[in-house]
Amino acid sequence: MALIVRLRQPRREVTVRGGRVAHRVLEDLGLAPAGHLIIRNGTLVPSDTMLDDDDVIEVRPVVSGG
Amino acid sequence: MSKCRSCRAPAVIDLPRHNANFCAEHLEQLCRRQFRRAVDDFEMFTTEDRILVAVSGGKDSLALWDLLVTEGYDAVGLYIGLGIGRYSDESHLIVDAFARDRDLELITVDLRADHGFDVPTAARVTDRVPCSSCGLSKRHIFDTAARDGGFDVVVTGHNLDDEAAVLFGNALRWDVEYLRRQAPVLPARHGFPRKAKPLVRLTEREMAAWCVIRGIDYVVEECPMAIGNRHHMYKEALAVVEATSPGSTAAFYLGFLERMAPLIARGEDTDAPAPCRVCGSPSGAADGVCAFCRLADRAGAVEPVPVELVLGRGARRRYVEQWGASALMEGDGHGGS
Repeated sequence: MALIVRLRQPRREVTVRGGRVAHRVLEDLGLAPAGHLIIRNGTLVPSDTMLDDDDVIEVRPVVSGG
Repeated sequence: MSKCRSCRAPAVIDLPRHNANFCAEHLEQLCRRQFRRAVDDFEMFTTEDRILVAVSGGKDSLALWDLLVTEGYDAVGLYIGLGIGRYSDESHLIVDAFARDRDLELITVDLRADHGFDVPTAARVTDRVPCSSCGLSKRHIFDTAARDGGFDVVVTGHNLDDEAAVLFGNALRWDVEYLRRQAPVLPARHGFPRKAKPLVRLTEREMAAWCVIRGIDYVVEECPMAIGNRHHMYKEALAVVEATSPGSTAAFYLGFLERMAPLIARGEDTDAPAPCRVCGSPSGAADGVCAFCRLADRAGAVEPVPVELVLGRGARRRYVEQWGASALMEGDGHGGS
C-alpha cells in the first residue's frame, strides 16, 4: 500500500510513503503547501492532516487560468 | 488535527495570513464578509444595478458569479471564446455547464466567429506577447457588451494576489499613470461602463477553496499562452515574501489603496475621446480607428494560426502534457471557444 497523490498542471499520479502529515508530503514533492489545496475523498483538508498509506489525495495548485 | 478558529469543528483549510484555520462553513462566511466589505467600501454596485460578470471558466470568475447571485445581485455572465485550442474548448464547456446548472443567463461572444480572428493569430500578426491582444480584445468586448445590453457595471474576478502582482509590476517600473488607474472600481465615463473588482480582498487560495467547498467545477489548468509571463513571475516573487511573512501581500496592496493611491490621484481628463469610425466605441486614436478594430483588421486578414505555433518550447511541452499530442495541429477547427 502507498499514498496515491494526484497532481495537476499537468495531470499525473505519483505514489509516495504515507504515515506523514500532508505538508511533509508536499514538501517532499517540491510543492509549497501555501500554494496548493489538499483534497481527500472530495473534501478539503488542512496541511497538518495525517495521511495514511491507503489514502488517495488530489493536490491542486491555487494558481490557475491566465 | 487543527480546529476551526470560529467553532472548533475540524478545519478544512489553514490560512496563514489570518493565522487561523477554518471549517467549510466559516471559510464561506469569511469569503462572503470580505466580498461584501469590498463592494460596500468601494461603492461598487447595489442590488438595483444590472451587473455583467466576465467569466472565463477559471476559479475566480465562477466564484464571483456564485457570490453575486447568492448575495442577491442581478448578474448576467459574459464568456468570450478566445480560440486558445483545447484550453478554450474546456473553458467554454465549464462555463456553459455552470450557467445551465444554476439557470443563469450567459452571453457568449466568440472572437473568431464574431470578429474574424483569435488570440493565437493576433499574437502572431502583432509579434507581441499573447496576453496583450487577449487583454485588449476582452476589454473591448466587455465594454461593447455592457453598452449594448444596458448593464450598469462590468465586474471581473481579479483577486488580491492578481492586483498585488500588477501593483508590484507597476511599482518596479514606477509607472505612475498605471498606478493611478489601479483602483478596485472605475467610474463610468466617456462611454465606458463602470468597472469593479469585488474579489480584491480575497486570495487565490481562498477562491480555489471556495470553489471546492461550493462544488464548483472550474478549469484548473493554466492558459498555455500565459505560461511564464511576467504577471506569474511577480506572483511567484510575492509568494516568497508571503511564505515568510504571512499577510504581506494584503498589506502591500490594501496599504497602497489606503495610503498611496490618494497621494497620486488627480482629476479625470474632461475631453471625451472621439468614437471609432468602424465600431463607434470611444477611441480617440489619431486615425479614428480604435486599437481593437485595427487588431481585428490585421489578424482577420491572415489564415488562422493554431495555438501551438505561437507557444515557446516550454509552454508547448506543457500544452502537450496537459491536453495530449492530439491537441496539436487542430487548426481553427478547435479554436471555436
